[in-house]
Amino acid sequence: MNINLTLLVQMIAFGVFVAFCMKYVWPPIMKALEERTAKIAEGLAAAERGKEEQELGEQRALEVMKEAKGNAADIVSQAQKRYNEILDEAKRDATAEAERIRTAAHAEIEQETNRAREELRERMAQLAVAAAEKILQKEVDANAHKDLVESFAKQI
Amino acid sequence: MAADTLTAQDYISHHLTNLTLGFHPEHGLTFAHNAEEASAMGFWALHVDSLLWSFGLGYLAYRFMRGVAQKATAGVPTGSQNFLEWIVDFVNENVRGSFSAKNDMVAPLALTVFVWVFLMNLMDLIPVDLIPHGFAQLMSLFGADPHHVYMRVVPTTDPNITFGMSLSVFLLVLYYSFKIKGAAGFAAELTMQPFGKLGMPANLVLEGISLLSKPLSLSLRLFGNLYAGEMIFILIALMYGHNLLLDISGMTLQLAWAIFHILIITLQAFIFMVLTIVYLDMAHQHH
Repeated sequence: MNINLTLLVQMIAFGVFVAFCMKYVWPPIMKALEERTAKIAEGLAAAERGKEEQELGEQRALEVMKEAKGNAADIVSQAQKRYNEILDEAKRDATAEAERIRTAAHAEIEQETNRAREELRERMAQLAVAAAEKILQKEVDANAHKDLVESFAKQI
Repeated sequence: MAADTLTAQDYISHHLTNLTLGFHPEHGLTFAHNAEEASAMGFWALHVDSLLWSFGLGYLAYRFMRGVAQKATAGVPTGSQNFLEWIVDFVNENVRGSFSAKNDMVAPLALTVFVWVFLMNLMDLIPVDLIPHGFAQLMSLFGADPHHVYMRVVPTTDPNITFGMSLSVFLLVLYYSFKIKGAAGFAAELTMQPFGKLGMPANLVLEGISLLSKPLSLSLRLFGNLYAGEMIFILIALMYGHNLLLDISGMTLQLAWAIFHILIITLQAFIFMVLTIVYLDMAHQHH
């Protein structure tokens, strides 16, 4: 239990061990710990960023889908409109065509009627002339009594 | 041990004597053959056993920590790195909790103190006779008288070792007190409080005692705890070799005391570390 030189030697040894620990042990360990802390923080931040990006992407996808839906509706309504237009046009064309055909038919009928009437008239005139010939018992010169025959025919 | 010609008193004093190398007034440079010779050597003597165990354990701890530190990676730590990181984290937490100033030396110092003191205390758990008896037998092969070969394996039961560390800490406290507070600031801290200018002598006495009690209590607490613990182990060892009943109770007591002592050696290492940090923190406080 004597206090002696041991004390001083221990003090020196203490100083040496502390110095070595301070120089060769503590810094590498702390560096490793700090690096790991930084790495973990980085990883967490990256995960957070990834999550945010995913959310953003989902939002964007929703927007795109909404827009696409809107476009599709527009296209459908335009097509509907166009369909109606075409339908109307077709109807109008058909009506006009029908009208035209009807007018043409009318005109033809008119013409036919007129021609038939003319023919009938001529035949009547001939008949009348023949009848007159027979009645008068004498030959009537068709050319000489042309005016008479025609006025007669007109009265028919 | 108690069975041979040694008396209990001889046995105890044998266990409490260091292997001392020094200049004896009559015999010159030699190992002391008994406690009287060791005392006669005065200040210029070395406790070879304390120093060897202290250096050996310190070197062992340093080699281990250095080896791990060299291979330390920031990736997933394994085995020994995990273990050391656990200790380093523990020490670092304590330093950050108690030490508010900025000083890169305090944390490694605390780590050294904790690990080293713990290992030196740990020697207390080795059966008291194992190493001293083995060493004495070994030395008797070289012609030494085994009854006069001494070997104390727990360095922290040697006040030289505990004072050596606490005085180192005390020197650091003084150094940083002067450095941070300045000579005037340090003097003011010692003389101007708690009673103000008029009570200067009383202040000096109070503050001086409080300052000096730091290294004293730091080392004596560690020394006292470990010395008492070792003494109890020695006393328990004395129970062996008489009869079966005493042997069995001795074994029971030794086991119980050893288990309890695991707590004490850890606690004392921890207290030494924490007080070192706290004293250094006080030295860094600016008023």
